[in-house]
Amino acid sequence: MTITATYGVLGGRPQGMTSLGLGDDDLDTRARLVVVGNGMAGARFVEEVLERGGGEQFRITVFGDEPHGNYNRIMLSPVLAGESHEDDIVLNSHDWYADNGVDLRAGVRVEKTDTAAKLVYAADGSVTPYDHLVLATGSYSFVPPMAGVRTADGELLPGVYGFRTIDETRAMLEATGRCKRAVVMGGGLLGLEAARALQGHGLQVDLVHAMPWLMNAQLDAEAGAILKKSVESLGITVHLDAMAGEVLGTDSVEGVLLKDGRRLDCDLLVVAAGVRPHTDVAVRSGLEVERAIVVDDQLRTDDPDVYAIGECAQHRGSVYGLVAPAWEHARVLADVLTGTDPAAEYSGSRTATKLKVAGVDVATMGINTPERDDDEFLVISEPRRGVHLSVVIRDDKLVGATLLGDTRKVAFLTQAFDRGAPLPEERIRLLVDLSDGAEEVGVAEMPADSQVCNCNGVSKGDICGAVADGCGSVGAVMDRTRAGKGCGSCKSLVKQIVEWAADGDVVEDPSASWYVPGVPLAKPELMAAIREQDLRSVSQVFAALVPGGKEDAKSKMGLTSLLKMIWGVDFVPEKDGEFINDRVHANIQRDGTFSVVPQMKGGVTTPAQLRKIADVAEKYEVPMVKVTGGQRIDLLGVRKEDLPAMWADLGMPSGYAYGKSMRTVKTCVGSDFCRFGLGDSTQLGIDLESRFQGIESPAKMKLAVVGCPRNCAEAYVKDVGVVAVGNGKWEVYIGGAAGASVRKGDLLATVDSPEAVIELSGRFMQYYRENANWLERTYDFVPRIGLEKIKAVLLDDSEGICADLDAGMQRSVDAYRDPWGTDGGEPATPGQFRSSLPLIPLPKVPVR
Amino acid sequence: MSVTTSDIAEPTTAGTELGSPAREVAVPGRAPAPSGGRAHAVGRVEDVPPGEGRAFVAGDIQVAVFRLRDGSLHATQAACPHAGGPLADGQTDPDVLVCPLHLYAYRWVDGAATSGALAVRTYPVREVDGMLVVDV
Repeated sequence: MTITATYGVLGGRPQGMTSLGLGDDDLDTRARLVVVGNGMAGARFVEEVLERGGGEQFRITVFGDEPHGNYNRIMLSPVLAGESHEDDIVLNSHDWYADNGVDLRAGVRVEKTDTAAKLVYAADGSVTPYDHLVLATGSYSFVPPMAGVRTADGELLPGVYGFRTIDETRAMLEATGRCKRAVVMGGGLLGLEAARALQGHGLQVDLVHAMPWLMNAQLDAEAGAILKKSVESLGITVHLDAMAGEVLGTDSVEGVLLKDGRRLDCDLLVVAAGVRPHTDVAVRSGLEVERAIVVDDQLRTDDPDVYAIGECAQHRGSVYGLVAPAWEHARVLADVLTGTDPAAEYSGSRTATKLKVAGVDVATMGINTPERDDDEFLVISEPRRGVHLSVVIRDDKLVGATLLGDTRKVAFLTQAFDRGAPLPEERIRLLVDLSDGAEEVGVAEMPADSQVCNCNGVSKGDICGAVADGCGSVGAVMDRTRAGKGCGSCKSLVKQIVEWAADGDVVEDPSASWYVPGVPLAKPELMAAIREQDLRSVSQVFAALVPGGKEDAKSKMGLTSLLKMIWGVDFVPEKDGEFINDRVHANIQRDGTFSVVPQMKGGVTTPAQLRKIADVAEKYEVPMVKVTGGQRIDLLGVRKEDLPAMWADLGMPSGYAYGKSMRTVKTCVGSDFCRFGLGDSTQLGIDLESRFQGIESPAKMKLAVVGCPRNCAEAYVKDVGVVAVGNGKWEVYIGGAAGASVRKGDLLATVDSPEAVIELSGRFMQYYRENANWLERTYDFVPRIGLEKIKAVLLDDSEGICADLDAGMQRSVDAYRDPWGTDGGEPATPGQFRSSLPLIPLPKVPVR
Repeated sequence: MSVTTSDIAEPTTAGTELGSPAREVAVPGRAPAPSGGRAHAVGRVEDVPPGEGRAFVAGDIQVAVFRLRDGSLHATQAACPHAGGPLADGQTDPDVLVCPLHLYAYRWVDGAATSGALAVRTYPVREVDGMLVVDV
């Protein structure tokens, strides 16, 4: 191409092009890896190989058709629009290749390969041997057959451009200075981008599209019509169902003649009528080519040492035209070739795209219209605002979504689409945020300094910074920034921001499905293995179920809880497997002292108990005595070494105000004294607390019973809440919360006796204990499983497990022992209650 | 390195009085660098149960000593550099110590926080004739 003569080499060295001749040193024992294609796929593949230490294994040669380093082709539209400078889209400069010992042959087109002799023949006459050959030749702009589009020598008529390379982009940019009227052929993504960019440069633009609506590959007719209105409002004329039959002009383009006879004058013609995979090299080399180069699940062609990735590859019948699958190819092939994971396989991509087309936000994934009779299809169309949203749901899974003009819900939908995440029962919530009070702000619109994690003071900007620094997973970002590591209520927002910041290029944490981070098993498998292998202690679990038997500090507490639930009295305790609160049966405070909360069932106390607590508080000079939110009395600021003596003096059981366990049952005064009480909520609360005291669970459980719907003890917002509704009937609510999250519980059932309340509450709590993730509160658990399913399991016994659930809960009830009575007399380990605080005088906590 | 009995200072960890009020709060931050590397016997090995930690005083320095289940010994400053949490109450594994207050994790190998926060000071510790000997 001659245009390059007047321009610099993108990502080049000041002195021009370089080709680092490493030579074929016989002493170099590294295998020869040759990559044909230096675009989005080829260059990313080289990066992935180097990241895996492949520089030591391979001598890498990269052929690039263009003279440039590697640049971001996706960003050509902003360059054409004048919004980005071409230097900003350089991904890897010539220096980068040199610095990494990669031999870049930029501007050298490969003609063919000899797969028998394993040689690559290039247009410059060079012959390069290879051990492994990777074809990443990408696509080229398809120019539909039109009379007059090419000159006699086969080149495009001057003034006619494809929109694929930086050189074409530069030429068009230059042309905008002298051209007045442009015709853009193609109403797909690239055509729309080109039309908007040219229109922005002051040209009068006609967009010619052969199909009945714009972006017909991604959008349905209705959405396409709305997009057309938005595009026309920019001042672009749109011709649908229109084909150009002839290009007019002899020395340069003067116009196009449509097949319906209309003539559109122009001095610039952009052909963006789609791309075709570049398969010439593969065809000439005798490789199997259908629509593109056919590859298997390891991206291998029918020659065992030749691979193809990116847009030139055809995998299981699919050819992708997006960057995400190309990068997945690069990752998998790098795993295979470097031996990082020789068994790595690519199983196809579920493509989701989010882009701005002609100033309009568009996101699409999967299918855009229902295909089967029982597919659910939800559409919200607001033509006046230019908004069109739709989702297709099959078997309770999202199989397609189209968002036009409003992409605020894209992060959630992408996740639901990629991972089959559960969908809200009210499907409309997939597309709009029904106002539950405060208006939810989309992740993209949040200012960078807005605080996301209030516990650890982490802003959106901090999270984006961690992503930019290379944290590739939600877990890595959380470890780095500590976002979501406090109360955890912001976790889903953190996840959304990470996915947004990484533009969907997020690695799913393998550990995300594990019950605890250090044991590679999900909860059901972990519980099964523990039972099958008869593992009774935390150290046995590590030894048996973790490769290498490696302990993990952050897994111990969850394992202790799980083992206690599974084994009851047969659990073998280990103090180092417990969190400090459980080791000393008290809640650690910010200054390293503890809080002591005696049991006060249902919040009912006596003068004698109060007198005793008062005496003990005075004797031990307790700095603060406080009534808790759980209807008990808290003695705060107690030294660890004083705990056993205080328990002995109190003579009361532990209130379990420190554990991941059933905490307390709040009650109102119910029918005994209250004028309005409909049931004896106080006694039922006491009975519930007596039965379920100290029951450990994945996260804490707070209960309440109220004697009427006035809800004085806040039963509607408890993990299990019970409400008397008269005539001896009780409503049982589950999954409520009034902490960092506020959620009204879901009505599980209305039952007609206190005994039925106790049985059903116990059954639900056992189901939660056996199925919830570690630290997952019921307010997340219930919506995740779905109320209907929980009802079916617990009320209709749809899975036939009710008897097992009841027995499991009974085993835990039987295993209950008051920890204060147990450890108070004799420490469980030496120094169990020895101070861990500094023993030299330090500044004092203010005492009120 | 061998230590003779005469090199080791007497145990210095005092007992604490029952019933005395707890008012102290530790000062966050990293402990100062050890000055001389003097060896102190702070207690007996069995004072620290397997997998747990206990606090001691070595000279006038507060230290937390840990005995992992693999038998290895580690010592750090007693108060967490983040917010003064009692590190001896933390949980451990072969790689890290986790503070009980805000779950900051510190690597044994160099004291660095996995989150990039302020590092914790570590001290050499070894067993000599059943005694825990810490160099501060």
